Amino acid sequence: MTIVYDDEPDADEIPVRRIRFTINGAKKVAEVEPRLLLAHLIRQGLKLTGTHTGCDTTNCGACTVLVDGKPVKSCTMLAVQVDGHEITTVEGLATASELHPLQEGFKEEHGLQCGFCTPGMMLAAKALLDHNPDPTEEDVRWALSGNLCRCTGYQNIVKSVLWAAEKLRS
Amino acid sequence: MIPAPFSYYRALSVDEALDLAAEHGEEAKFLAGGHSLLPLMKLRLALPEVVIDIGRLADLSHIRDAGDHITLGALTRHHDLEHSGLLARELPLLACAAGQVGDPQIRHRGTIGGSLAHADPASDLPAVVLALDATLVARGPSGTREIAAADFFGGLFETALEPDELLTEIRVPKPAAPRWSFQKFTKRAIDWAIVGVAVQGDAVALVNMGETPLRAAAVERALADGAAPRAAAALAAEGTRASADINATRDYREHLARVLVARGLQEAHARA
Repeated sequence: MTIVYDDEPDADEIPVRRIRFTINGAKKVAEVEPRLLLAHLIRQGLKLTGTHTGCDTTNCGACTVLVDGKPVKSCTMLAVQVDGHEITTVEGLATASELHPLQEGFKEEHGLQCGFCTPGMMLAAKALLDHNPDPTEEDVRWALSGNLCRCTGYQNIVKSVLWAAEKLRS
Repeated sequence: MIPAPFSYYRALSVDEALDLAAEHGEEAKFLAGGHSLLPLMKLRLALPEVVIDIGRLADLSHIRDAGDHITLGALTRHHDLEHSGLLARELPLLACAAGQVGDPQIRHRGTIGGSLAHADPASDLPAVVLALDATLVARGPSGTREIAAADFFGGLFETALEPDELLTEIRVPKPAAPRWSFQKFTKRAIDWAIVGVAVQGDAVALVNMGETPLRAAAVERALADGAAPRAAAALAAEGTRASADINATRDYREHLARVLVARGLQEAHARA
């Protein structure tokens, strides 16, 4: 966010904080206004537009990212709160040559139509599979209960996650 | 939606948080997990000039066995309550209810202290600590104060906390009776309870049936007088002041309270 002053401000009036964090394995330093949301840091500051902002009210889960491996809704976290922490976004899933098994699973099982909810779904699913490699269908549904999809009716999303779980186990 | 500008301070100790609160008074808000405060700030329903981030005070995040009671640090996250082996044994009502707050993402950020201090009557944990007869511990400039859960919730989003006090700990007595149940009626997993019920022994508390979490006093009296659970549950709406909103009329909430109390008492008795 650009901040414009009418008069030259004193140094301690400039409300910018320096934060250090890691995103998808890369160390970054950013200067942010305290009110900057994590979702906006990711999308506008880092130009990682795979993280979508849907409802902007902590409901839909489209903006889900991992902070220290845990799924959070980045529209409901301040950028200053990730100072010193590790963020993973959907851009961090694939390697240069290979899709992540979750991405493959969504492709194989038709886990998306419009794709808007998909990045958030994949990161919520990754958090599940990281600590539960052999989830039941019920486990998957519960892990995705904070993510809304308006196209698929969820069946294929659940199948996609189970596909990825099996691939990761083999 | 972007919050209005504010000055941000990160407290590195409880003492520093209290000093900042004393300095800024009612202009300041504590930020814990942020899942009550940030949505309000984004809607500009809350406009704090100062935000004191207490999210890194690790000594406020713990679950400990203290003999006849359990102590919970105010910054303990819902996810940690849900997955605590100690709570599963000693306070299964709390572990179960914490596992139904919001959704997985919300449970990774939200804290028990934040939920209690925010005092939304539609929140689950205020009614749970009320049913469990918990004691809330607050620290302020003049020291530490203990507040019974029954005296803590004063009104809609209002608590007994002073602006310069910080909720630091929740002490929950180990229940004498193993009978418990948590009932929550929602449209989607993620939603606030349209109505919820927490049962521990013969204590029954209601979510979203008034401006504060409430004990279902008429139900408890009937049970104490020997009424059958079903007959007692029929009194669940007595003394409540449920609001009407897009999800439910007052009549419907009262109906849900009777049904959910009946289910809760039945499930609790089945555990005896």
